[in-house]
Amino acid sequence: MNVKALILAALLPLPALAQGFAGLGQTADGYALPDPGRVLEFPHDHGAHPEFRIEWWYLTANLAGADGRDYGVQWTLFRNALAPGNVGQGWQTAQAWMGHAGLTTPGGHFHAERLGRGGTGQAGVTPAPFAAWIDDWRMESTAPPDTDPYSALALTASGPDFAYDLALVAHGPLVLHGAAGFSVKSEEGQASHYYSQPFYRVTGTLSLPDGPVEVTGQAWLDREWSSQPLTENQEGWDWVSLHLDDGAKLMGYRMRGEPDDYTVGTWIAADGTATPLPEGALTMTPIRRADVAGREVPVGWRLILPDRDLDIEVQALQDASWMATMIPYWEGPVRVTGSHSGRGYLEMTGYE
Amino acid sequence: MRRTALSALLSHWRRHPLQLASLLLGLALATALWSGVQAINAEARASYDRAAQVLGQDRLESLVPADGQRVPDAMFAALRRGGWLVSPLVEGRWFRAGQSVQIYGIDPFTAPADSLPPAVAETGGIMDFITPPGRAFAAPETVADLQDAEGLPPLVAAEGVAPGMLIMDIGIAQTLLRADGQVSRFLLAPDQPMGRTPLEQIVPGLERHTPQETADVAELTGSFHLNLTAFGFLSFAVGLFIVHSAIGLAFEQRRPMFRTLRALGLPLKTLVGLLAAEVMLLALIAGLVGIALGYVIAAALLPDVAATLRGLYGATLSGSLSLRPEWWLGGLAIALLGAGVAAAQSLWRLWRLPLLAPAQPRAWARASARGFALLAAVAAGLAGVAVIAGVYGTGIVAGFVLLGALLLSAALALPGALALALAGAERFSRRVLPQWFWADTRQQLPGLSLALMALLLALSANIGVGTMVASFRLTFTEWLDQRLPSELYVTARTEEEALRLRAWLEPRVDALLPIWRVEGPVLGQTAEIYGVADHRTYADNWPMLLAEPDVWQRLARAEGAIVNEQLWRRETLALGDPVPLPGGAVRPLVGVYSDYGNPRGQVIIGVADLVAQFPELDRRRYAIRTDPGAVADLREALVQDFGLPADNMIDQGMVKEISLTVFERTFAVTAALNVLTMGVAGFAMFTSLLTLSTMRLPQLAPVWALGLTRAALARLELLRAMLLAALTMVLAIPVGLLLAWVLLAVVNVAAFGWRLPMHVFPADWLWLAALALAAGGLAAAWPAWRLARIEPATLVKVFADER
Repeated sequence: MNVKALILAALLPLPALAQGFAGLGQTADGYALPDPGRVLEFPHDHGAHPEFRIEWWYLTANLAGADGRDYGVQWTLFRNALAPGNVGQGWQTAQAWMGHAGLTTPGGHFHAERLGRGGTGQAGVTPAPFAAWIDDWRMESTAPPDTDPYSALALTASGPDFAYDLALVAHGPLVLHGAAGFSVKSEEGQASHYYSQPFYRVTGTLSLPDGPVEVTGQAWLDREWSSQPLTENQEGWDWVSLHLDDGAKLMGYRMRGEPDDYTVGTWIAADGTATPLPEGALTMTPIRRADVAGREVPVGWRLILPDRDLDIEVQALQDASWMATMIPYWEGPVRVTGSHSGRGYLEMTGYE
Repeated sequence: MRRTALSALLSHWRRHPLQLASLLLGLALATALWSGVQAINAEARASYDRAAQVLGQDRLESLVPADGQRVPDAMFAALRRGGWLVSPLVEGRWFRAGQSVQIYGIDPFTAPADSLPPAVAETGGIMDFITPPGRAFAAPETVADLQDAEGLPPLVAAEGVAPGMLIMDIGIAQTLLRADGQVSRFLLAPDQPMGRTPLEQIVPGLERHTPQETADVAELTGSFHLNLTAFGFLSFAVGLFIVHSAIGLAFEQRRPMFRTLRALGLPLKTLVGLLAAEVMLLALIAGLVGIALGYVIAAALLPDVAATLRGLYGATLSGSLSLRPEWWLGGLAIALLGAGVAAAQSLWRLWRLPLLAPAQPRAWARASARGFALLAAVAAGLAGVAVIAGVYGTGIVAGFVLLGALLLSAALALPGALALALAGAERFSRRVLPQWFWADTRQQLPGLSLALMALLLALSANIGVGTMVASFRLTFTEWLDQRLPSELYVTARTEEEALRLRAWLEPRVDALLPIWRVEGPVLGQTAEIYGVADHRTYADNWPMLLAEPDVWQRLARAEGAIVNEQLWRRETLALGDPVPLPGGAVRPLVGVYSDYGNPRGQVIIGVADLVAQFPELDRRRYAIRTDPGAVADLREALVQDFGLPADNMIDQGMVKEISLTVFERTFAVTAALNVLTMGVAGFAMFTSLLTLSTMRLPQLAPVWALGLTRAALARLELLRAMLLAALTMVLAIPVGLLLAWVLLAVVNVAAFGWRLPMHVFPADWLWLAALALAAGGLAAAWPAWRLARIEPATLVKVFADER
């Protein structure tokens, strides 16, 4: 879940243009709506769904160098339809694309942002062979034919002062969130189609100002598309994806809003069996705040999930994991301690 | 004491309001002309800067196709996917029904940060922007100009967009410019990511250009503005003569007062300080008035200047004038400086004046013989400078040095030349009265010389500029006839329509000549490359300056190229030299033709040669040779039977009319400044005569006492002024012709790249001579009238006054 919606809203370089699209809490006139009866099909659904308003390919990786230092990598491609019906072609294609890349080190945080429109070849997604790209940033399948294209990926991105080139291989199945991939976001019923591949093992190279660093680690890919994921009174969210050391995974998010927060998630067993967490089963409480980019952001959390005897502390690896993009947000790697240990990613939006 | 002294000094102006008026008016006029010209230049510079800043082009590098042609827009994705952060740009001119605008098609998604004008960046509705009909952003005045233009997207007024330019989405622009799938160039973002694929591996044929290489309007128009500045300066110099004589008069008349004040104990330092402060105060007042006048002049001239720059250089100026500090502060400064220079001599003389020296204007004249010799020496020196600049100098600055030195030298030599002429006349006079007349005229020369110099400058500038403009007009109209032999020019809307049009026209007309062209770099600068058909029209008419005997056959065989005079001069080419074309082909130079009114280089090759080298070129334009009497019917048939819109054709007469309009406007400004300069010179003459008339009573009184009537004296005064004006006019003719030669053969070549034959128009000089006589007569009329009416007692008093 994600930031992603809000950013998409503001995706356009003509900033105020975004106002017409910022209302992701408004009605989705003319756009396709998520359907609880729809059965996701792969590899078809790995590709783009241009009839929906917004969509993303969102990968986060917890990595470590040979010397044991921790790193985090984020690669995101957003699609935003500018008009319903997937209209236009060439320069007039009504699809906008945006890429975000982040690279967190123990000493700092790098990020970059790219924009483009569909129809020119600058950015897009093809389902088979699978490739998602904007400019020279690519996420493309390296899986053998007749296997899930997501089972192996090559991933690259670059900014003025950093770059990364990673190889990912999945060691588990795709995981559908909510009811078979139909994920509800509010009491009013806002929803999206949402699935993940959380079982990647990663090897690759980070290019940093001080030189290249060989890394290994784990990664988590989120796929989500919708036309109306937020209610009008939801102001932002806090989201985690955690790789626990015992092999289990936890995805959880708290939608901050009036009158009440809405907290749900998915418990993923080591074998990939997914159990949706009903609203309120998981509690997320800030325990440490930091001054980041001129605002107070909760970079330490306590998570309690009584059903699984889980009571953990989640702490940011780097408090300054700030994505100073057009719509800024916090996204960075975290360490897990307490009843369980592990690593993961934390995302927080809407902190003004 | 100081206050008393000041009020005594200022009381002079109360008693001589006319003198005060002439001082203020002279300085105000000089400042007005100077600051008016500066205001125009400042406005132009601001417009160029704004145009250069469009899309950050003044600070962003760009990738430009090496052959100057557009490239397929697939290159955009190839570059981006190779890691190059580029933003595509398609640009071109859009013409419809006599209106034209520069169109910039941008990609708002990839445009580098801050490269879009804020009004464009903050607008609403990206879908409206990128999907037909799109939105076009333009300066409010451009929106107003294009109100009735059909075929453009809805216009949105946006501050910060340079005038004459439309900013729209690249997809919309491609359609309007008929450049579907094409990109003119790519802007490079300042921060590029790590690990890009080398450029030549992605897209061969692109060159990396620094920001300056793309913005050349300011450079193109530089000579034009220098031209204006020179005229402004000339006017200012003429204005200074007035100020000088007015200040000189005021000093002379106040000598008794200075003596009294000094005798009463006012220190010399304080007196000089007070007088300097007085001059500065007057200069400040006159400067402010001058700036206001300058604003009026600039506002009146600006539309013509703007039209000239658009017609000549394709540079667009804002049509409205704003009060920019750089010119009004400059105007004030130059008013103060000018008054300072004009007063310096008088102050210096006062500084060295013996305490009780009598006020004696006669001393001026005695010093004059030595003064004339000195002036003549300086004039000779300046003439030397002019010769050196003419022989060894190159470029427009040398041209103006030559001009300035020539004019100043002539002006400074004038008093000496006049003195010689008058002395000669005196020697040949036998009777007493003529002898006195010549001697008295010579005696007045020092006082009048400044005004006469101003008159000489104005007259010779008038002759010079008039000769240049008239020569130009004569040559230009002949040249237009040669250059535009075809009766009708048509442009099809599409390539497909062009093919049908060709088939339709071929049986109906004498000849169908393609007008196909591309633009691209030739010898380092953007040039136009045209292809000509093998047709006798060209051999019969084309205005060749020099050519191989078989020039047209060689073009048809793709064995040569001809270039326009501008390119030929700029690169100092000779027949047989290689002319490298965009894309790599080289053709030997086989001819040079004149091409007035075009700031750019131009190359002509055979049309088959052109098509072979640039197969993608636009083939929609044709010139039609037919019976001139049949043009109207042909137009009618093209509209009615073929279905070509009337806007897509233009006949010979119309093209000539448009060209001549551009030409007339080019020199409208020069002509206006010329008239103003003449007015200032006449005024200078008037104030000088007025000055003298009050100082000359001691010389006139004895003549009156010897029996000459006041009326006769007044007539002689009038005659003398007209005689001096006539003599000055005689001297102005050779100076003016020399000036015309410098303008035609040096300044124009440097400024525009073409040289014009000089034609002489003696009838115009007669008219000008009449004008000069009238100016002299008018200037002398009021002092002469006063002399005729003077109280005899006043004349008698001269003998009683202790002087």
